[in-house]
Amino acid sequence: MPRLPFLFLIVLLSSHLLRAKTIDVGAAFRFKHPQPAIISAHNGDTVMLHKGIYIVKNLHINKSIVFKGENEPVLDVQMKDFGITITASHVTIEGITIKNSARASMTDYAGIQAMKARHLTLKNNILINTYFGFHLSAIDSSLIENNTLIGSAPDDARSGNGIHLWQCNFVTIRKNKISGHRDGIYFEFARFCHISQNISEKNFRYGLHFMFSDNDTYTNNIFRNNGTGVAVMYTKGIRMEGNIFADNWGSSSYGVLLKDIGNSYITGNTFLNNTTALYLEGSSRIQVVGNTFQNNGWALKLLANCEMDSFIRNKFNGNTFDVSTNGTISLNYFKHNYWDKYTGYDLDRDGVGDIPYRPVSLYASIIEQIPYAVMLLRSFAVDLLDKAEKNIPSLTPDQLKDDSPLMKSPTR
Amino acid sequence: MIKVTKYVIYDIVRNRVLIAYTLFLFLIASTLFNMEEDPSKAIISLMSIVMIMVPLISIVFATTYFFNSYEFIELLVAQPLKRSTILLGEYIGVALSLSFAFFIGIGIPIILFDATATGFVLILSGILLTLVFISLAFLSSVITRDKAKGIGIALMIWFYFSIIYDALMLALLFTFSDYPLEQAMIPIVALNPIDLGRIIIMLKLDISALMGYTGALFKSFFGNSMGIFYTCCIMFIWIIAPLLYSIKVFNRKNL
Repeated sequence: MPRLPFLFLIVLLSSHLLRAKTIDVGAAFRFKHPQPAIISAHNGDTVMLHKGIYIVKNLHINKSIVFKGENEPVLDVQMKDFGITITASHVTIEGITIKNSARASMTDYAGIQAMKARHLTLKNNILINTYFGFHLSAIDSSLIENNTLIGSAPDDARSGNGIHLWQCNFVTIRKNKISGHRDGIYFEFARFCHISQNISEKNFRYGLHFMFSDNDTYTNNIFRNNGTGVAVMYTKGIRMEGNIFADNWGSSSYGVLLKDIGNSYITGNTFLNNTTALYLEGSSRIQVVGNTFQNNGWALKLLANCEMDSFIRNKFNGNTFDVSTNGTISLNYFKHNYWDKYTGYDLDRDGVGDIPYRPVSLYASIIEQIPYAVMLLRSFAVDLLDKAEKNIPSLTPDQLKDDSPLMKSPTR
Repeated sequence: MIKVTKYVIYDIVRNRVLIAYTLFLFLIASTLFNMEEDPSKAIISLMSIVMIMVPLISIVFATTYFFNSYEFIELLVAQPLKRSTILLGEYIGVALSLSFAFFIGIGIPIILFDATATGFVLILSGILLTLVFISLAFLSSVITRDKAKGIGIALMIWFYFSIIYDALMLALLFTFSDYPLEQAMIPIVALNPIDLGRIIIMLKLDISALMGYTGALFKSFFGNSMGIFYTCCIMFIWIIAPLLYSIKVFNRKNL
């Protein structure tokens, strides 16, 4: 019977739980403050924090306990220290509001700080006006779910990151809402992490920022209206699926900026109203498939040092410029994309245009050299130049073309 | 003056060219809106047409009309009327009827299909361009006696503002690409009414692209309500200056 060991495990676990006790903290209970309750707790106990405002200074959790709030209790740090520091594994923090962590330029004060631990669960918490939100270093196999992080940093220089991971593996981050921080989600050496259904918006710098964080998966997140969008660097093996990158406006603002990214997948994302939707620099072997680029200034900026990237079945609609590049050679591959500016025909009616589409317009190349020329956008003279160049390409990269553009926008 | 205007309007309304112009604009606008699913894309196509056709039709129509009604003007000059009154009356008549034609042709489809800020800015800049180019047409009509020459000058003016100016500007940008031209660009743009009209529409349309690079500068200058106000002021200068000059010429002219 394969189920027997499983049942045995459940019995064992529940007997363990039965031994665990719940310690209540609140005005009506023996413990008025969470710190002595945590000190008196044993591994496996639950510390239940009842409604109220508790003034704390770096609550230290060094045991495997569940620290749970009922009716949204508030821990007020009064701008003095960390909120909570976790140094034990198997810790759960749930339903707690943490307010006003300290701010400093030397120490990364955070709402919840955790280090060298595994199997943490941080759930349903609200962090208001914390410098860093969650600051995790050397954490394994943990879950950060359904938290709300509202930063209120005065400016870029005096702000911390929302969810900050350093040297972490197998962390799942989902359904969080992050705003008002420097970077919404910041990873450095965070590997095999799964980030899904988060909303990161109105942060000063990036909605998502990572470096050296291989093999992470990003699905169905929303990154919008951040200072400079999303920037990711020096990483390979990432998957970005079904995310929305929207409303990132500014001269150095990107829906997604990829720098030195390799072997990755960007599929089914939506890029909406960005100055530059997708910027690729030194990035190779990236599959960009089935994305929608809508109403961006530049849908794609593909620098000449990118190679072997594929762009397949993407939809380019209502963008001012579809693709721009800085060189004359392009070693990338375009196929079966839908371009709203395509004017070719389809005589054999197979849904694929008979003449190739060249997405780099002459004018886009001109602007690449002389940014001021942007003011001639849509003028008659420029339209004439573009038409002439389309017929006899001489200045725009010859190989950068879609040999089989779709006649109709792909429906997904 | 009002009487002169009234006669001019009566005369123009019966003009077949004007009716054709109105119908043409209306057909193009409503076809574009019906063909494109996304109204903002229709606005883009419409904008390119407006930026080329409206100045061309306005300047050629007004010049032709002026020369065709030369005898009527001569008759008016014989009356106890000030010459400036006659010319202003003529101007207001032509301007009102052409603006009205533009409003029917482009404005009504826009209001029906895409009553957004972008649409209204397009209507506004189309009407302003109509007024500017009628004013330029009067200038080209009064400085010569010959009809063919007058229309030639009108066409040259149109050609200059819609193509040559932009090409020259591009050449200038290439030549001085090493210098910071940001501040200089704004007066350079202001020297061409078509560019000015185009930019206020673009600030609504291509805002994502314009936010990059120098776009932010244009946005900060033209984009806010003061910018629209400045733009309108410059456009009014473009309307009034050629008109005043043509009145000056007309006053001294030996008819």
